[in-house]
Amino acid sequence: MKMGKHGSEVVADYSKDKKRMDGRKGMDELRPIKIKVGVIPNADGSAYLEWGQNKVYAAVYGPREALPKHSQNPYKSVIKVSYRMATFSVPERKQPRPNRRDSEISKVLGEALQKAVFVENFPNTEISVFVEVVDANAGSRVACLTAASCALADAGIPMRDLVAATGTGKAFNEIVLDLNKDEEDAPDAVDIPLGILPQTGEIVLLQMDGVITKEEFNKALQMGIKGCKDIYKIQKSALKAKYELEELKLDSAKKAIKEEGPSQAGEEKAAKPEKAEKAEKTTKKEDKAKKVKK
Amino acid sequence: MRNTVLEYEVTKTVELARLGKRTDGRGLEEMREFTVEINKYENAEGSARVLLGKTEVAAGVKIEVGKPYPDSPDEGAISIGAELLPLAHSEYEAGPPSMDEIEIARVVDRGLRESKSIDFSKLCIKEGEAILVAYMDFYAINSDGNMFDAGSIAGLVSLMNSKLPKVDEKNRIVKHEYTGKLQMTKQPLLSTFVKIGGKIMVDPTYLEEKAAEARFSVASTEDGKLCAMQKGMGGSFTVDEVNYMIETGIKVAKETRKKLAKFL
Repeated sequence: MKMGKHGSEVVADYSKDKKRMDGRKGMDELRPIKIKVGVIPNADGSAYLEWGQNKVYAAVYGPREALPKHSQNPYKSVIKVSYRMATFSVPERKQPRPNRRDSEISKVLGEALQKAVFVENFPNTEISVFVEVVDANAGSRVACLTAASCALADAGIPMRDLVAATGTGKAFNEIVLDLNKDEEDAPDAVDIPLGILPQTGEIVLLQMDGVITKEEFNKALQMGIKGCKDIYKIQKSALKAKYELEELKLDSAKKAIKEEGPSQAGEEKAAKPEKAEKAEKTTKKEDKAKKVKK
Repeated sequence: MRNTVLEYEVTKTVELARLGKRTDGRGLEEMREFTVEINKYENAEGSARVLLGKTEVAAGVKIEVGKPYPDSPDEGAISIGAELLPLAHSEYEAGPPSMDEIEIARVVDRGLRESKSIDFSKLCIKEGEAILVAYMDFYAINSDGNMFDAGSIAGLVSLMNSKLPKVDEKNRIVKHEYTGKLQMTKQPLLSTFVKIGGKIMVDPTYLEEKAAEARFSVASTEDGKLCAMQKGMGGSFTVDEVNYMIETGIKVAKETRKKLAKFL
């Protein structure tokens, strides 16, 4: 019996199996993704993202004066990402203070967002992006990058494009999209976090660890790009949903005034959450419809 | 610019307080509405997401094997941490724990610990050698004041709903196997007050914390007993005011416990 990287039993061979360990049928299938923007009222822009078991928050503050002063760039804004994990977000408790992994991920995520934002519009400023992982199961950095670019858009910061990101790679003798923890622990696992600007296909995040042939890498890359384009659709519908929601609120407010007069403001307030829920459900339906099309 | 607006709003908050009113129209003894989501974060042994008004807190418990303290060789331990993430407010900064974070964590810790609601002897694996340590950490996701009470609710709920991991003969945790739940015999809760313009009010918002002269927290259990107190900030309270806050605190906590029962 072969053992995985972390001592777990190897129980799969994807070149023969019809299903993946978490029940996904396609090797190119993403785990379910849910994005909601505008979740942190204090922030200039924010997003909450659930991607399989991964749960992350992203908040954007700025553009604001970059401090200390020597960190300012007279030609452009500096995007500073801070990637952190809650102590309880992983199976073994994480030490509260940031480690080398946190720093590296913060750096590459900041650089990945640089190309998407018109940084030259805001000289001497800093755009602070904070991402917090509260629950993790492989692929938390791409989840954070996807959420962070939604938060930037929610903040109204001018952008060339969103950044869509996903994990891709190899596990159990097969090229797979969006590896989960069990797949990441496979003896032959190759993990490739990938982020692109979907409009142009430019690659802004690319990392890899594991042994892989050129041909396999290219197959994984193509699968990843296709995955990113699907994520792009979810990102856009999440951003639209925020404003659809507000339109609904306005409609219900107008109705309340017409039907019952402005004195019933309290009742109208109580009716809002229901409308909001409906709006969420419709976006979910849309997502499902997209999956079916695929 | 932002500070000018804030100063104006603080002045207005004080003026309203003098008339016995609050900026959000609440009564002086009225807590904001809250919602609780339990065990949403699957990697935690127990977890809670608490929304108290616009204040949002994410809390989770991890349980590990540790060494007992020399003065209590047969007792397990809890450890409480609080982090005011820069994600939650433009005022918060990254870096080592600030004095505010340490105070919040320690006050929430005392409320839970001193209520004696956790039987620490049940967390002992082998006397003098190995114990279970429950780490409860909570994070501010959005901050609109009163991290004390939000953290207290989140801490209580996440601990109450924590699974106890199974431990093998070599004192190591067996993954994905549990022996039951962490038992809590009581439900200690904090109630935090501020004094603004001579008036005392419960559950302050961010603005009310800015306008406050003094702050007071009291933790109580359902039997009406007090288990922790903390006075904070530069102002002062009279003996009568302290007695009033204790009495109201017990009342408010009772109310909160009733509302909490819906989520448990």
